[in-house]
Amino acid sequence: MKDFNYHSAKDSKEASKLASSSSAFLAGGMTTIPSMKLGLATYKDLIDIKNIKKLSGIKVSGKTVTIGAATKHVEVSNSKDVKKAIPSLSSLAEGIGDPQVRNRGTIGGSIANNDPSADYPSACIALNATIHTNERKIEAAKFFKGMFETALKKGELIEAIEFQIPEKSSYQKHPNPASRYAIVGVYVAKHKGDVNVAVTGAKSCVYNDKEMSKALSGNFSSSSIDGMDLDSSEMNSDMHASANFRASLVVTQAKKAVDAC
Amino acid sequence: MASLVGSRVERKEDKRFLTGKGRYTADINLANQTYAIFVRSPHARASIKKINIDKALKSSGVVSIFTGKEIADDKIGGLIAGWAIRSEDGTEMKCPGNPPLAKDNVNFVGDPVAVVIAESLAEAKDAAEKVEVDYKVLKAVTSTADAMNGDTIHEGIDKNLCFDWLLGDRQKVKEAFDKADKVISIDIINNRLIPNAMEPRACVADYNAASEEITLYTTSQNPHLSRLIMSAFGNVAPEHKLRVVAPDVGGGFGSKINVYNEDIVCSWAVKKINRAIKWVAERSESFLTDIHGRDHVTHAELAVTKDGKFLGFKNETIANLGAYARVFGTVTPTYLFGPCATGVYEIPAAYTNVKAVYTNTAPVDAYRGAGRPEATYTIERLVEKASMELGIDKTELRIKNFPTAFPFKQTLVHTVDSGDYVAGMEKAKQMADYKGFEARRKESEAKGKLRGIGVTSYFEACGIAPSAAVMSLGCGVGLWESAEVRFNPTGQVTVYTGSHSHGQSHQTTFAQIAADELGVPIENIDIVHGDTDKGTFGMGTYGSRSLAVGGIAIVNACKKIVEKGKRVTAKMLEANPEDVEFKDGEFIVSKSNKKKTIGEVAFACYLPGVRDEMKSPLPEGDEPGLKETSFYDPSNFSFPAGTHIAEVEIDPETGHVKLEKYTACDDFGRIINPMVVEGQVHGGLAQGIGQALYENAEYDETGQLMTGSYMDYTMPRADNFPEFNIGYTCTHATTNPLGVKGCGEAGAIAAPPTVMNAVIDALGGQEVTMPATAEKVWKACKNLKKSNAKAA
Repeated sequence: MKDFNYHSAKDSKEASKLASSSSAFLAGGMTTIPSMKLGLATYKDLIDIKNIKKLSGIKVSGKTVTIGAATKHVEVSNSKDVKKAIPSLSSLAEGIGDPQVRNRGTIGGSIANNDPSADYPSACIALNATIHTNERKIEAAKFFKGMFETALKKGELIEAIEFQIPEKSSYQKHPNPASRYAIVGVYVAKHKGDVNVAVTGAKSCVYNDKEMSKALSGNFSSSSIDGMDLDSSEMNSDMHASANFRASLVVTQAKKAVDAC
Repeated sequence: MASLVGSRVERKEDKRFLTGKGRYTADINLANQTYAIFVRSPHARASIKKINIDKALKSSGVVSIFTGKEIADDKIGGLIAGWAIRSEDGTEMKCPGNPPLAKDNVNFVGDPVAVVIAESLAEAKDAAEKVEVDYKVLKAVTSTADAMNGDTIHEGIDKNLCFDWLLGDRQKVKEAFDKADKVISIDIINNRLIPNAMEPRACVADYNAASEEITLYTTSQNPHLSRLIMSAFGNVAPEHKLRVVAPDVGGGFGSKINVYNEDIVCSWAVKKINRAIKWVAERSESFLTDIHGRDHVTHAELAVTKDGKFLGFKNETIANLGAYARVFGTVTPTYLFGPCATGVYEIPAAYTNVKAVYTNTAPVDAYRGAGRPEATYTIERLVEKASMELGIDKTELRIKNFPTAFPFKQTLVHTVDSGDYVAGMEKAKQMADYKGFEARRKESEAKGKLRGIGVTSYFEACGIAPSAAVMSLGCGVGLWESAEVRFNPTGQVTVYTGSHSHGQSHQTTFAQIAADELGVPIENIDIVHGDTDKGTFGMGTYGSRSLAVGGIAIVNACKKIVEKGKRVTAKMLEANPEDVEFKDGEFIVSKSNKKKTIGEVAFACYLPGVRDEMKSPLPEGDEPGLKETSFYDPSNFSFPAGTHIAEVEIDPETGHVKLEKYTACDDFGRIINPMVVEGQVHGGLAQGIGQALYENAEYDETGQLMTGSYMDYTMPRADNFPEFNIGYTCTHATTNPLGVKGCGEAGAIAAPPTVMNAVIDALGGQEVTMPATAEKVWKACKNLKKSNAKAA
């Protein structure tokens, strides 16, 4: 690992001020630190945001669950309020990585990184989340831009994620047997008006599968998507799963999710 | 006194390990030590045009940089193959040179070309990045099956062929096949595995300029053997000036048998710079440069009669050696493989032909089971297929072909001294509720799942091995083992063994044996191993040999102690030595109440003579002191055997294979410590099931390792396994005084075919290669659905 300057920011303003083109915000460090150790990433400055009190914590209102960006996965999975309001979000958090990762990794870090097989981005899409940054509010649908790419600007810091509480929801994933990241993860959420089917792991970036959403909005039953033949041309293909297999898994996991709702 | 052999004695080593007091190589830090980083080839095959170290030398903290040139100039030898194998046509095997630092050519990704030694690890790493190596990249050969058609990797080794070996009689086999009602044939791949010991390899080299002694602390399964190889072939130092210490070692599974490049380079360089050198592998280096295991491509055939009698067996295998032939690299796919490939069956005619090929991949060598898992996979997949094609129950077909009497003279090499394969099969069936399977299959079907059951009956040849046998088969050394038992004057015992414990619990089990033999409390017995300065010599731990060879050496040394004790007691108590009996730590003169404890006798041996009340004269011809040594060379291998049964449930929608039940019924002969044996069985099963369902080392066509980290190489985890159902039958080995056989490799040998037979049974007989990943199984399920639809 190359040398870097470590800063601990008191508040978002200071964190943002310290940011430069060769800096990174450090929350749990579950991706940043290993990337630096492997020499895949080097930064001049790391700006630790864990000590910014405002960034941690969970608030539940009648319609939304708002989670501070530096809230750890374990805090989300252990929260009785989250479990009550959106049980699927709680179980998603419980299934991220391993205990070590869940004890350090944060929701803001996961979303800002936008790993194509991360779990949380699918929750943001399915639960019509609003991403609150120190500068603005961004709809989840406009936040995730592509592989490891988001709408965040340099120095822009996620402060909280506000999820809409659905009528019913479930997250189902087919994990990579080695890394246990999602080969395919499908988050189905039934809201008052419509149904979202957010898919992670299958393509270069999380997306809402319109075809399944439409079918399920008409009839919220796994039979309405059974045997659906999804277009696999944009799906990822690697030694763990071909595009065709992923396409099939998306439907299978979506069906499981609907049945689990 | 109750016997300790056979009881669940808690492990003496656990206090150290569980409280963080273990002392591994990486824990060793010496005064003024430097840090080594190896510059490794990023290419699978290339020639080295030029190495420029100028920039790196100027980097901060650099002490020294060495390349293959300096090593060659000092006439330091390379790594070697320990067994000489001849081809069918009588020619010697062909082995390329394998210098510790590549000088002219690199042959796999990770092949080291230079070592950078610096004041700190970070400085060594920075400097290593500045070493400029100019490579001419050449086309790599990576496929096992096609290696013989690829470019010649090593000059003078045509078709990349190390040897083309035959065991058995082709003519007899042909005659047997001519008589067959049916021939079952199979094409299988034994997937390449990476051993993944929990502790990565490491070494620390030290030099004493005054005594000219080099000390190498290293992660070895066999420090004495390492010293011998480094001295005799590496030319690092004469044996008496080289001390090799393998302290606590966190797992080996065969990957730490070999002397590695880093051991030789650090031991050589330490003298040059006269400062201690420390090197610790990073996990990614372990993936790339530890020896790998398995990697066979096999076509096998079984000739049968219509009522299921086996007549003949053919085995044509291509075995991948990787880039170089290493210590057990050439014997693993030959004598550890071929003789076991006929399994537990009476097959009148058989042969195994192995073509061992070089490729631009990491060297392949002995990995837990070494040759025997590949052999068992071959025959047991074939037998399972025969049962499907003949329509004979898989357990009945096996029993029909089991030997009826012991000793069982195998078709090819071994004479198995003892066993009861039918008893093992019957017990395994009972344990697994084999009868109830069809009902469980129906339950699974009702849920939309596919259920399968798989059986394997195996035997293995372990406890390697008799020197006379192994040397006649080409081994470069005799595989005896030594032990030394020393009494202190005040009665405690230190046992020095040439075996090495890197997870096997010798500190406990060997102490149990010595405690029983000597009648000394186990607390008063210490087991010392892993240091060439302590103990006479040793061949080390692999091939499930520690107990069956090393343990017997301890028994024999203890027996010599008892014999001397009898003579000393007789002299002290004025009796005939023949009238002295030894029991539970006491020497008793028969038909009298006169006796001495072994502690009193030990004391007397150290204070021989007569003074006042002390009367301990030594018998004539006996020297003072109480210490005995044994070099034990067994008369035969030992042959554990057993039957394993697995049950899987498959989700056809996702291809997910759930291992529902796993039953292992093994015959390990006498068991010293059931708790330790359970641990060994569990570990072996985890690795065997890992091979069947999860693990796979995959190279791309350019020779880059695609599974170079835990992100892509699937190590099985606890939640991948059901509760293991473990049981035993017991026939004692007749070839050693303890009746022991060995248990370390059984799980890894039996589990792959057991699990795969179950998967393939669930898939209606469709072949799937290991590992049976979700996608492969999903595809097979789709095919099954199609063919079922057609049939309907």
